[in-house]
Amino acid sequence: MRVGTAVELTWAGIGAPILMAVLQLALFVFLAPLLIGVIRQVRARLEGRAGAGIWQPWRDVRKLLAKEPVHAADSSWMLTVGPIVLLVSSLLLCVLLPLVGTLALPLIPSDLFVIVSVMLIGVVALALVGLDGGTAFGGMGSSRHMTVAALVEPTLLLSIYALSIPAGSSTLSLIVQTRLQTPAVIISPVSLLAMVALAIAIMAETSRLPIDNPSTHLELTMLHEAMVLESSGRDLAWLELGSWLKLAALLGLLGNLIVPWGVLTDFTVPGLLLGAVAVAAKVLALGTALSVGEVFLAKARLFSVPELLAGSFALALLAVTASYLVA
Amino acid sequence: MNAVQSGLVVQALLALAAVATGLLLPIAWRSRVTGALCALLGVAGIVTGAAALGGTTGALTIPLALPIDPLVLSPDRLGGLFMIVVSAVGALVSLFGIGSARGAEASRTSWAAMAVFLCGMQLVPAATDVVSFLLLWEIMTLGSTVLLLADHATRSTVFSAAIWYSAMSQLSFFFVLAGFGVLVAATGGTGFQTLATVPADSLPANLAFVLLLLGFGGKAELVPLHVWVPRVLPEAPSHVAAAMSGAMVKIGVYGALLVCVRLLPSGPPWWGVLILVLGGVSAVYGILQASVASDLKVLLAYSTTENMGLVFLGLGASVLLRSYHATAAADAALVAALLLMVSHAAFKTTLFLGAGAVHHATGELNLDRLGGLGKRMPWTAGTFGLASLGAASLPITSGFVAEWMLLQSLIHGARLDGEVVSVAASIAMPLAVAVLALTAGLALLTFVKAYGIAFLARPRSRKASIAREVPWVMRVPLVLGALAVVGLGLVPGPLAAGIAAVVGPGIVPDVHTVGLAGVSFAGIDAVLDPSTLVILAGLVLVPILVIVALGARRHPTRVDPLPWAGGGSRLRPRMQYTATSYAEPLVRVFDDVLRPSRDVEVTHVGESRYLVEKVHVEQTVSDVIETRLYRPVLNAAQRFGLVARRAQDGSIHRYLGYSFAALLIVLIAVSL
Repeated sequence: MRVGTAVELTWAGIGAPILMAVLQLALFVFLAPLLIGVIRQVRARLEGRAGAGIWQPWRDVRKLLAKEPVHAADSSWMLTVGPIVLLVSSLLLCVLLPLVGTLALPLIPSDLFVIVSVMLIGVVALALVGLDGGTAFGGMGSSRHMTVAALVEPTLLLSIYALSIPAGSSTLSLIVQTRLQTPAVIISPVSLLAMVALAIAIMAETSRLPIDNPSTHLELTMLHEAMVLESSGRDLAWLELGSWLKLAALLGLLGNLIVPWGVLTDFTVPGLLLGAVAVAAKVLALGTALSVGEVFLAKARLFSVPELLAGSFALALLAVTASYLVA
Repeated sequence: MNAVQSGLVVQALLALAAVATGLLLPIAWRSRVTGALCALLGVAGIVTGAAALGGTTGALTIPLALPIDPLVLSPDRLGGLFMIVVSAVGALVSLFGIGSARGAEASRTSWAAMAVFLCGMQLVPAATDVVSFLLLWEIMTLGSTVLLLADHATRSTVFSAAIWYSAMSQLSFFFVLAGFGVLVAATGGTGFQTLATVPADSLPANLAFVLLLLGFGGKAELVPLHVWVPRVLPEAPSHVAAAMSGAMVKIGVYGALLVCVRLLPSGPPWWGVLILVLGGVSAVYGILQASVASDLKVLLAYSTTENMGLVFLGLGASVLLRSYHATAAADAALVAALLLMVSHAAFKTTLFLGAGAVHHATGELNLDRLGGLGKRMPWTAGTFGLASLGAASLPITSGFVAEWMLLQSLIHGARLDGEVVSVAASIAMPLAVAVLALTAGLALLTFVKAYGIAFLARPRSRKASIAREVPWVMRVPLVLGALAVVGLGLVPGPLAAGIAAVVGPGIVPDVHTVGLAGVSFAGIDAVLDPSTLVILAGLVLVPILVIVALGARRHPTRVDPLPWAGGGSRLRPRMQYTATSYAEPLVRVFDDVLRPSRDVEVTHVGESRYLVEKVHVEQTVSDVIETRLYRPVLNAAQRFGLVARRAQDGSIHRYLGYSFAALLIVLIAVSL
C-alpha cells in the first residue's frame, strides 16, 4: 500500500504537502504569464521583431482586470461563470500536479485520470463560453475545440497508461519518483514513445501549433481565439490566465517527466526552494523550445489534425502493448 | 410476513389500484390520482429493495395449476439493488407524468398500462425461477408497448416505431427463452439455483451464455440489437421514454449480471472477450451517433446505447480478468459497471425528463430550432446541465466516479504481482482504455452540444423564444434527479461498499470509505475523495471571487444589445451555430463510419457564377447498421412474402391440393 488510506495528522502527512501546494500555486500564477511573455518574445526575436517584452502578458492581465466586461443582450450567466470555472480548473491543475515536489496531498493523490477530468471541466467551460456569445465564430471555435478535445482524449489516457506501467500506479507523484529512482526508465523505448504521444496531446490540449495558431485572428483558422472573441474585461482576463496556467502546468509536468531531477521528494526548506527554481527553469526552457519550434511550423489544416492525433494514438498504443509484451 | 414479502404484496396491490383508478376515474382526476399511486408504487419498490439489499430474505410463492414448480418471488441483494434503481426511476417518472401527460398520453389505457409496466419492471429482479422471470419480463414489455402507442392517432411514425419495438423485444425474448431453455434442459429444474449447477465448460453452458447475452444485450440496447432505440424513444411520451431509458434497459443489465455472476460465474476467457467487444462497439457506435444527432431525444437514446456499452465493457473486463484470476481488478471492474448503471439511471432519467420539459414548453425537440432556454427555463436548464455533467462523466458527478473506477480496474488488470496475466488481457485492456477514452471525449462534445445549443445563446425559433418554465410537479422530479446525480458522486465510498456487498462477499474487504465519504480500492491501490476535491476547489475559488466582487463594484458588467458590431446591426439568431453545424467536423472525421448523405443545392443570381441567391443544404445521417444489416433481411422477407402470395390465389381447388400434398408428406414422414 503506497497510497495512504487514512489521513495522518502530522506535519509530514498534511503540513508539508499543503505548504508545497500553496507555493506551487503562487509560483505558477506568477510564472504562467511570464512563460507566455517569454514564448512571444523569443518568437518575435527569431522573426526579427523587437517584441513587447516578457512582462507584457502581466500588464495585459492587470489592464483587463480593471475594465468592465461587456455582454451581449441575449447571453446568460455562462459568460461570467465559465471563465471562472476555467481558471479554477487550471489552478487545481497547479495544485494537484507534482511540479515543485512529489509530496501528495492527503485523500487527493495526483491521480492522472482525476487531473485529466479536472482539466476537461475547463475545456467544457471554455466551449460553453464560446457558444453563449450567440455568434457564428464562437460556435465554430467551440465546435472545433471540442472535436479536437474528443479526439485527443484516447491519446492522452493511453500515454498516461503507458507511463503508469513502470510505477504500477496512475498517481503522478509515484510515476515521477519512479523515474527519479530508476532513470533508465526515462530513456526506455516505451517511455519515449509515450512521451512523444503525451507531448502531441498536450500541444493539442493547450491550442498550440500545429493544431491551433495561438496568435491568429484569421477567421477560418481560429480555434481558441474564436471562443474568447466575445469576452472582455475581467472575463477575458480569467480566460487568458486560465489557459496560460494550463500550458505552464502541463509543460511543468512534461519537464518533470523528462528531467525528474531537482524535484522535492522529502520536505526540507532548501529542497523546496530548489524544487521551485528547478521547475521554473524547466518550464521556461520548454517554453523557449516550444517557441523556437513554432517558428518553423505551420498550422495544420483542421481536417489533417485527426491524422496527426491518430498517429500519436498509435504511438501510445504501441507503448502500452510493448511494455506488456516486450518487457 | 416480513418486510420483503409484504413489500412485494403492497407493490402488486398498488399496481392493481393504479390500474383501477386509471381505468375508472374521469380525466380531471385520472392523471393526479393514478400518477400519485404509480409514484407510491415506486416508493414501495424502493422500500422492498432496500429491505432485500439489507439482507432480509422473504419469498412469495404462487402455486400454479400447471405441472411445473410454483412461481417464487424472492429478491436477493442484487435483485434488491436493481429494484431500488428501477423503482426510484419509476417514482420520478410517474410524478413527472402527472404534469406532462396530455391528451392521448393521459388516456385510460395509457395510465393503466403505465402501472402494469412499472409493476412488471419492478418485480423482474425479484424472480427466482425462469417462469416468473419470463412472465414478468413480458408484462413489462407489453405495458411499454401499449404506452408507446399512446400518440398513434396523431403521428404516423408511432405505428412503425411500435412494430420495430415489438419485433425487437420479441427477438430478445426469444433469445432469453432459448437460453433459459437450454439450461433447463441440461439441469432439469426451473429455479435459478438449479440452473447454476450446470458445469461452466459444458456445451449447454456455452450455448446458453451466448443466447442469454444476445437476449439481455438487446434489452440493454447493445449494437447490433439497438435499432429500435432511436425510433422508439423519440416517439414515446417523454415520461415513458425516461422510464424505458432510465429503468427498463437496466433489466437487461440485470439479466446479464444474473448470467455472469449468479448462473455461470466462472466462464472461459472468450466469454469476457465477447462481452467486451459487444460493449466496446456499442459504446463507440452509440456515442458517435449521439454526437451527430440533432433531435434531443434521439441524441439521448443513442447515448443510452453508449452508456450500456460501457457497463458491458466493465462486465466483460470483469469476466475476462476473473478467468485469469486477477481477482482484485475483476472485482473493481464489476463494481465500476454497477456504479455506472446506478449513475446512468440518475442522469439519463433527468436528461429525458429535461427533454420532456423542453418539449412541453416549446413543442420542439430539434436542437437546431431551440436555444436561449436557460433564461426562460432556469430550473430545467440547471438540472439538465448537472445531468449533462454526469453523462459527460465530469467531476463531481457519479458518472465521473464510475468511469474513474473502470479506468483504474482496466489499467491494473493486465498485470498481477508484476507478471503479465495473459497476452489477450494485455491487448484487450489498452484497447478498452482507448475505447473508454474516445467514448468519454465524444460524450463531452455531445453534451456540450446538447446543453450549449438548447439552453445558451439566442432562441433559434419563435417557439423557443416564448417558452415558459414547466409547473412545479414536473420540476420536483427534475430537481430530485439532479440531486441524485451530484449526491451519488459525492459519496462514492458508502455507495461502492454497498454495491460490493451486493455482488459478492469476497469484494467487501477490498472497498473502504476514506476521508469524507471517498472511496479506496485496496486491491488496486486507488483512492478518490470527491468531497476533498470540492473543498480544494472552493479554497482556490475564494481569492478569485474576492477580486471579482471588488472589480464588479468599480466596473459592473455592462449588457449591450449591440456589442462588437462595428456599427452594424446585431447578427440574426439564424447566424448562430446549430447542432448540425456543431457536429459537422466530427461527421467529416468519421465519414467512413457514419456515411452521411449530403445534398447541397446552390441557386445563382441570374447568369452570374459568383453571386449566390440561396444555398440549400440537406444532410441525413442514418443508422448504418439498420441500412446494412436489417434492411437486406427485411427486403428479403418482403420479396419472399410477395412470392408466397402467389400461392394464395383463393382457388378452393388449389387449397384442397395443398392439403392433400401436406397429408402425403406427413404420411411419408411417419412411415420412414
